[in-house]
Amino acid sequence: MTEVDITLTVNGATRTGSPEARKTLADFLRDDLSLTGTHLGCEHGVCGACTVIVDGRAVRSCLMLAVQAAGTEITTIEGLATDGGLGTLQQAMWDSHSFQCGFCTPGFVMQATAFLDDHPDADEQEIREALSGNICRCTGYQSIIDGVLLAAERIRER
Amino acid sequence: MKLPQFDYAAPTTVSEALELLAEHEDEASVLAGGQSLIPLLALRLAYPAVVIDINGVDELSGVSAANGSVRIGATTREYLAEASQTIADAVPLLAAALPLIGHEAIRSRGTIGGSLAHADPAAELPAVARALDADMVVRGRSGERVVPAAEWFEGYLTTSRGPDELLTEVRFPRAAPGTGVSFQEVARRHGDFAIVGLATSLALSDGTISDARLAFAGVSDVPVRAAGAEDLLVGEGPSDELFDEAARRATADIDPPADLHGSSEYRKKVAAALVRRGLREAVGSAQERQ
Repeated sequence: MTEVDITLTVNGATRTGSPEARKTLADFLRDDLSLTGTHLGCEHGVCGACTVIVDGRAVRSCLMLAVQAAGTEITTIEGLATDGGLGTLQQAMWDSHSFQCGFCTPGFVMQATAFLDDHPDADEQEIREALSGNICRCTGYQSIIDGVLLAAERIRER
Repeated sequence: MKLPQFDYAAPTTVSEALELLAEHEDEASVLAGGQSLIPLLALRLAYPAVVIDINGVDELSGVSAANGSVRIGATTREYLAEASQTIADAVPLLAAALPLIGHEAIRSRGTIGGSLAHADPAAELPAVARALDADMVVRGRSGERVVPAAEWFEGYLTTSRGPDELLTEVRFPRAAPGTGVSFQEVARRHGDFAIVGLATSLALSDGTISDARLAFAGVSDVPVRAAGAEDLLVGEGPSDELFDEAARRATADIDPPADLHGSSEYRKKVAAALVRRGLREAVGSAQERQ
């Protein structure tokens, strides 16, 4: 069993750990750092539920080893709330009823956060394509798209 | 599932990586972007004793323009290639295919060399490499060799890379002036593997097709060039009748696999439609670039 010492920044705080080499970033966040907001659906890169932001890019945390995250800056769903309140995207998704069971929600929120950072002027089609790698089995997607569109509108108005 | 146990090595130079490969050969898997290898591990379809992570080998990443070609380091991430002006200008077919690879989060990690070494026959990059006759540069115990795409893809997920060898660079030829391109694919959702995909590159000079390259993804266990159609097109002026005949020739000899996404017959029909669409779009883009 190979364990590797790593230091990384998660939601602005320096964290250390000694994960086994085979441990994915998703399992490290959940089991070692107790950040269970990152959800694991398929565990092989198909569903998008485990999406987090690594050095500014949306990444599937089940398709990256924890040891590979050494030295990176990571944002998880726990890092989006501002002063205990919801972030702009979270509030817009709340207002649009963008979830039902909520299992896929963290992945959608992280993917949409990364996308809106780069494309605040995105239209509906671009948002649909950007979120096409995330699977939701409840909503039928329309309310999720509505929430992200509303967030984009609010970001532009600021 | 969780990944099986393995030993982990993270070399920082190509020579260190080659030493590890020479030592472990078939027992080792090379980890680049991990967007194919980690699912294989999670599904327990791969059980390497050692994973050699080459993400820390800085010399393997980067895009540079050379004489007549564009050299792309094996671990260059797909999203960086997508943003490369050099690739947009000199290898427009690659630029057209990149946004269709997986989803945004996949391209954040996935690498050019990783996709070509994994050699999924339904993937975009193998078809592009085959269409453009890209060269794979591999290094191993006996030094460096350059493998043309035609000799690289040997079968389903199988290349001519030796067990002690590492794919270090891919060289794509620069598109000639007057070259038009198109990457067409039909998939159930944006970002999924193509049911059928087609890479098309056409060069027009004085209204006549001087070079034609068509390579299918998803119709066989390797990417497939449509040689019969290419021969037909060269020397002719573009027309709908010509493209109809090219579609017939391109699909006459293929026997695509059947799965739950489509029968073999359906894939053949899609392939013919993509040939017509691809040729029309490539002609349009050639006229724009002249």
